[in-house]
Amino acid sequence: MSAEPIAPASMIRVKLPAHLRALAGVGREFAVPVDGPVTQRSVLDAVEAAYPMLRGTLRDQRTYARRPMVRFFALEQDLSHEPMDDPLPDAVQQGTEPFWVIGAIAGG
Amino acid sequence: MSGVRVLVGTTKGGFVLTSDEARQEWAVSPPIFPGMEVFHIKASPVDPNRIYAGQSSDWFGQIMHRSDDGGQTWQTVGNAFAYDGVPGTHQWYDGTPHPWDFRRVWHLEPSPHDVDTVYAGVEDAALFRSTDGGQTWQELSGLRTHTTGNSWQPGAGGLCLHTILLHPTDPNRIVVAISAAGAFRSDDGGETWLPINKGLRSSYIPDEDAEVGHCVHNLAMHPSRPDTLFMQKHWDVMRSDDAGGQWHEVSGNLPSDFGFPIGVHAHEPETVYVVPITSDEHHFPPEGKLRVYRSRGGGNDWEALTDGLPQENCYVNILRDAMAIDRLPSCGVYFGTTGGQVYVSPDSGDTWQTIVHDLPRVLSVEVQTLP
Repeated sequence: MSAEPIAPASMIRVKLPAHLRALAGVGREFAVPVDGPVTQRSVLDAVEAAYPMLRGTLRDQRTYARRPMVRFFALEQDLSHEPMDDPLPDAVQQGTEPFWVIGAIAGG
Repeated sequence: MSGVRVLVGTTKGGFVLTSDEARQEWAVSPPIFPGMEVFHIKASPVDPNRIYAGQSSDWFGQIMHRSDDGGQTWQTVGNAFAYDGVPGTHQWYDGTPHPWDFRRVWHLEPSPHDVDTVYAGVEDAALFRSTDGGQTWQELSGLRTHTTGNSWQPGAGGLCLHTILLHPTDPNRIVVAISAAGAFRSDDGGETWLPINKGLRSSYIPDEDAEVGHCVHNLAMHPSRPDTLFMQKHWDVMRSDDAGGQWHEVSGNLPSDFGFPIGVHAHEPETVYVVPITSDEHHFPPEGKLRVYRSRGGGNDWEALTDGLPQENCYVNILRDAMAIDRLPSCGVYFGTTGGQVYVSPDSGDTWQTIVHDLPRVLSVEVQTLP
């Protein structure tokens, strides 16, 4: 009996604000593997697993609530207030569009 | 050849300033953690290569760093500061209950006994300790859960634990200060705490001599006399000779007894430094003259130190953690300003020179005396 084929992880493109790029030592865009459903939660889990120094910078480490001045976007849509377990748009899942983390604009 | 390494935290990064024993020629590093608020950088007294740094951001929260090579390279360490249990509330500015909420690390105090032990004073006020070089942090919650804790109110800068004094030989003795709750002491390694505010009078609170509620700005201690504490309160410079059991005022002839930092000479336990500021309304020096005041008798009788400091049109402030004192034979005194200047006196305050003119707003200054 042969084993069930293992679905390959989706490679999700991610963009971070400049300060977090410096902290994580990544370029303007990078990709992380996500197993299973591609949601905001699973992408953030994958980002934090790949770059542990980002823990606590995007969401609270205990409650996993989004930090108030951090916003999540995809295809120019603000996902910050959408359910964390909703599937991300197909284009993000297929790797044709990135998942964007943006620092809220505050100040001049 | 001996020298010094000055660790400067600013609103836009940290800086390392180095010099030899003469402290005349300085090397200024490029910014570390550029663009980010660096509240405090402090080195271990046990190993001068071990340095801890706290980086804070309203956007991305608290980030902690550690260097094991004297600041040449840095690694991120743990940044999970979780209050024990259900934190409850303290008072907000208007007296209403406000949930305890971690904002940032204000002050890092590495242990004089163990290189991997470091304390962190945080906002909202609590004391954390790491015993693994900053990888994990545990709250010493006996402080925050003191019976007075739910009555603590923030000062203008927030409800921050900004000062940590560790006894040079007794690891069980810890003294901390919180704005605007006051000073507290533990004699059992941080398990239980005693408010140590007797003798303080604060006209800006309804009960002027309350057990807690005083806006203590900074404390200082000489390691050879750990029971003698000096305090710069919101107003008033104070002194205690029984580890905070009783305080008395030593403001004496200061032009203003409002200010933020206070420090003690490395080799003269009765020589104390403050930087008077006009008032809580006017956070700049009196008469536009930047003057450090020195008392050689433990307070009351103060002399102005002005040689090399601007004596006209100076309207900067010196924040509570922005003064430091080295341990070279000719004791050096350092401070940084909200205008981005860092000054040094290599001769106990007699003369001053500017190390660097144009840093971002200086939040903290620490100095390492290197062999």
